[in-house]
Amino acid sequence: MRTRWSLLPASTPRAAFGTIVRNEARLGRRQPVALGIGVVAPTLLLVIIGSVYSDNKHLKVLGGLTYVNVYVPILIGFSIAALGLFGLPIPLASYRQQGILRRLSTTPAPPAWVLAAQLVLNLCLAAMELALLLVVAVAGFGVAAPKSPGGLVLALAASMAALFSIGLWISAIARTEQAAGLLAVAWFFPMLFFAGTWLPRAEMPKPLLDISNFTPLGAAVQAIQSALLSGFPPIAPLLVLAAYAVIFGALAVRFFRWE
Amino acid sequence: MNARASIGENAPAIEISHLRKVYGETVAVDDVSLSVAEGEIFGILGPNGAGKTTTVECVIGLRSPDAGSIRVMGLRPREDREALHLVVGAQLQASALPARLRVGEILDLYRSFYRRPADVDELVGVLGLAAKRTAFYKSLSGGQKQRLSIALALIGRPKIAVLDEMTTGLDPQARRGTWGLIEGVRDRGVTIVLVTHYMEEAERLCDRVALIDRGRIVAIDSPAGLAQRAGGGQRVRFVPSGPFDDRLLTGLPEVKGIERHGRHVVVSGPGELVSAVILALAAAGLTVSDVQVESATLEDAFVLLTGRHLHGEGMVPRP
Repeated sequence: MRTRWSLLPASTPRAAFGTIVRNEARLGRRQPVALGIGVVAPTLLLVIIGSVYSDNKHLKVLGGLTYVNVYVPILIGFSIAALGLFGLPIPLASYRQQGILRRLSTTPAPPAWVLAAQLVLNLCLAAMELALLLVVAVAGFGVAAPKSPGGLVLALAASMAALFSIGLWISAIARTEQAAGLLAVAWFFPMLFFAGTWLPRAEMPKPLLDISNFTPLGAAVQAIQSALLSGFPPIAPLLVLAAYAVIFGALAVRFFRWE
Repeated sequence: MNARASIGENAPAIEISHLRKVYGETVAVDDVSLSVAEGEIFGILGPNGAGKTTTVECVIGLRSPDAGSIRVMGLRPREDREALHLVVGAQLQASALPARLRVGEILDLYRSFYRRPADVDELVGVLGLAAKRTAFYKSLSGGQKQRLSIALALIGRPKIAVLDEMTTGLDPQARRGTWGLIEGVRDRGVTIVLVTHYMEEAERLCDRVALIDRGRIVAIDSPAGLAQRAGGGQRVRFVPSGPFDDRLLTGLPEVKGIERHGRHVVVSGPGELVSAVILALAAAGLTVSDVQVESATLEDAFVLLTGRHLHGEGMVPRP
């Protein structure tokens, strides 16, 4: 049922939010699914790709770029998508399914604080992982420093907003943890394909590339890659990401249920 | 009447009038009015699906009534929910806690929600969870989970604790242990609303009981008072040493009814039934054997008032 909640009840100690975040972090450590696919996997993949293609050849099939050049933006997108689509919604769906949010709603702590705690945690993990990927790429595999640091920050922020909104929408409509997992998988792999994970965007035929430009990770990779290699990203992918953020954010707010 | 009746003269802790809640076509709660006095253990007893849980969920603000009004310590559960959460602690049916949190972590979490929480050390001591503070929630037994759930209902020092089916799924020993605990909580001045379908639990713990069936209150009284309504007190079953005229016993003020089943005679009525019957028969030169005495129960009251059994087919056996 739908209830209007006060998000900041006067009588609830603000320190309770810190305790909730700490507990969510504990749970994330004890069942490290998000940590595994959102942080460990992309880092490992970058190390593997960087080591295999350590000659850093600029290849024609990659549009004149090196493998590491191509895969850094893709792995950044991979990490953001994994944290947004798995890390964020799956615990929330499971808490709703088990009645944990319902139990919480009989206490002075608003259940929205759990959602906020998950957002904070996954955004922090994403920020840390993106910094790590960039450091490994630049220091370990000779990638040049980002051409447009400001543009990169903007592209990353827009990407996180888009993917995390989709994750929130999943947590809003999935009635069970399993349903949330299935929805996340159904979005994750097609998005990875259009991001160029298996067929680099430079190799995609025009119709495929057109579709890619309008997918969340396709747009994310486009914007991030420009910021890294060329300069301030074009406006089109940023607008695509903003549109995903607004549309799915609104759908999430509209359909979210606490029980 | 009983000592607690006088408490009811204060402003009630909970006042429900003409509560109604409908889910689609189903009327879960039809017209429930009751008031819970401060300091009492008030039982809500009825079969599954009678509307017990819906009623208390409206009281703790989880559901909004379709009609009627509720005041909890003068607060409206939906509109004043912030204040309500400070005075009411709830133990809900079918709500879990994160499997991979430790007992101590869960207690610290819930403790952090309140400005003036209860003493956790004392609480875990009273609830027998002291040795389990580092155990993961998923490793607890059913009884330990229930006790933790009760601890969380009490951690904010509520004035009222609402406990929904707190002993369902517990073995008889754990159930009795929980009863002692609840009495201890009441002795600290907490008003308790106990939802149950175990009549033994209601008989043992409750000062007053509301019998509820199909969304309506059937009767509200003390457990003894309800049992009195069910044919008043006792049934005595015996085999007489020889034939006698029913009028020998029906003439007694204690005897309300007499039935014969073959050699057995069953007499029911209030008061000192056993001695009255035996003395009357002895005066007629008869002795009795195979004497069995049954007290009328809440179950009898429920059957009498609704024509139905408290426990339907396929239910858990009574403890």
